[in-house]
Order: sequence, then C-alpha cells, then structure tokens
Amino acid sequence: MQEKFVVIRRAFAAAFPYTIPIFAGFWFLGLTYGIYMNVSGFCFWYPMLMSLTIFAGSVEFITVSLLLGAFHPLQALAMTLMINARHLFYGISMLDRFKGTGWKKFYLIFGMCDESFSINYTAEIPKGVDKSWFMFFVTLLNHFYWVTGAVLGGIFGSLISFNTEGLSFVMTAMFVVIFMEQWLKEKRHESALIGLGLSVLCLVIFGAENFMIPSMVAILVVLTAFRRPLDRQQDTEAEQGGEVKR
Amino acid sequence: MMTLGQQIVMISMVVLGTMATRFLPFLIFPAGKETPKYIQYLGRVLPAAVFGLLVIYCLKDISLFSGSHGIPELISVVLVILLHLWKRQMLISIAGGTVCYMLLVQLVF
Repeated sequence: MQEKFVVIRRAFAAAFPYTIPIFAGFWFLGLTYGIYMNVSGFCFWYPMLMSLTIFAGSVEFITVSLLLGAFHPLQALAMTLMINARHLFYGISMLDRFKGTGWKKFYLIFGMCDESFSINYTAEIPKGVDKSWFMFFVTLLNHFYWVTGAVLGGIFGSLISFNTEGLSFVMTAMFVVIFMEQWLKEKRHESALIGLGLSVLCLVIFGAENFMIPSMVAILVVLTAFRRPLDRQQDTEAEQGGEVKR
Repeated sequence: MMTLGQQIVMISMVVLGTMATRFLPFLIFPAGKETPKYIQYLGRVLPAAVFGLLVIYCLKDISLFSGSHGIPELISVVLVILLHLWKRQMLISIAGGTVCYMLLVQLVF
C-alpha cells in the first residue's frame, strides 16, 4: 500500500508542471465559457455538467447556441462529429501508448482533449515514473481545471473586472511549443511541414469556419500517398536505433 | 425555448458525438489484436502533422488585412520559438510569449 502511494505521488509530481500552462488557459477559457452560459440565461449547473461530461471546449461553446435554437438532435450529433473528428487522429496515435493502462484506459480516452493528447504524446516521462498514472493525472488535472473554470465563470462571471485581454494566447503558445518539441525530436520534418502547409492552404481556401475537415482529409491523403518514402526512412531509423541499443 | 427533457437530449447527443470520436479507434483496433500496418504508420506520422494543424487552428481568426494584421501574433510566436530554442523550458517559453502578447494587444495595438 505504501509503495503504491509513492508511485501515485511521484506520477502526480511529474505530471503537474506539464499542466500549469493548461491551468492558465483552461481557467481563462472555462471562465469565458461559464460567463457566456450565464449571460445566455443558463444557471451554473449547465456549464458544470456540460464541462464535466463533454470536456471538449469548442463544441461546448457551440452547444450553447444549439440549446438556444430549435430542437434538432441529429443535427447536433452530426455537428459534434465533424468538429471533433480530429480526435480520431489522436486515438490512432495513442493506440500503443494507452496499452496496458488497465482501468485508467477508459478515463484516458474519455478525457483525450487536444491538450491532454498533446502532453501525453510528447512529454518525456522521467524514468521511475509510472506511465499510466502520469497520463491519468495529466488528464484529470486538465479536466479539473476546465470544470472549475466553467463553474466559477457561471457563478461569479459578471464580477470579474481585471484586464484579461490576450490571455487566451497561452493555448497558442503551448501548441507552438509542443509542435517544436515534436520537431526537435524527429529527424525528418515532412509530416510536420505537410500538416502546417496543408492547414494554411485549406484555411485560405475554405476560411476559418470550415477548414478543419478539408485539412484533415488533405493530410490523410498526402500521408497515404507518400507512405512508401516516409515509412521506409522511419523503419531504417528504428532499426538503427535498435542496433545502437544492443 | 426547449424543455428540460429536450435540453438533456441535445446535450446527450453532443456527449455521444464527442465520445464516438474519442473511442472509435480503440474499438476498431482493440489492444489484443495486431493493428494493421497502415494504421501503425499513421500513428507514427500523424502527430507531427496534427500539431501543425493545431497551431494553425489557434491562429485561424487572424485577419491579415484589417485590425492589427496579425502582427502581435507573429511577434509573440517568434518570441515563443526563440525562447524555446534558447532555454527549452516549456513554462518559460509559454509564459514569455503570453505576457508579450497581452502587453502588445492591451498597450500597443
């Protein structure tokens, strides 16, 4: 029992620093979301339960306008699937990493928002820290920040007065850092450049509201078309890595 | 205005849609069976591309031809990159870029 406690505490201590920027970002966004629901006429129970069960920022904002509109459940479902389709990519990338995480796996998948995925994918988990508990705490802390932010916004939203303009940039900065971490770790950068380039291209063509799905389709098509050259190089790298270790 | 029941149905649909996108890959490719080579390949190359997509997603609402023309964003992103290349400390890079951005949009632009 004592030993297990040490494992859990160590994982928490390793995970917490990674979530600090998300604390800032989620409290800001969560507060904004709570305030938005508040001024739209919903009491704090709504942002609380929705942030707890949906836990996907952009869709929660849209749900507010869906709730104020006409009753079209299937349209709500279709819209959610489209906006959150990028989670499919996260799942495919995490198939291996979530293996052997036991009962925590369900929660890890449930709470796999952009931020949890990005940290759990790129973080260098120190030796001696349990991987599954580390990822569990990253997810749990993020979830906690988001729900508390939304609730506080729902209750006290109208009382906040200090100038927070620009604070949401913390999320942009975090994704830039995560992109760089991935870049510095990889020997080849085709995939990163494909992602950046096609996203910019689709943004220009389809506009800010509609570019996500075309970007994802384009990324998938190009990565599939260039599978051979991209994959062969990765294989030889893996083999070389293996030889060095031996 | 919707009834409480209708609201619950609507919110449930959003929960269902979100969870479907998160759980689907794990249901289609269970841990016990070997994942197809093509999917394994995607799992290796997709993250780098997805991080690029997420960066653009964060910057999508910049308008180059009006307002501040994306200049505060450009300066702050460059600062994040430089700080990260210099110190490679996640928190320093993120805090530096965010403070810079807040100062720019509140005081300069």
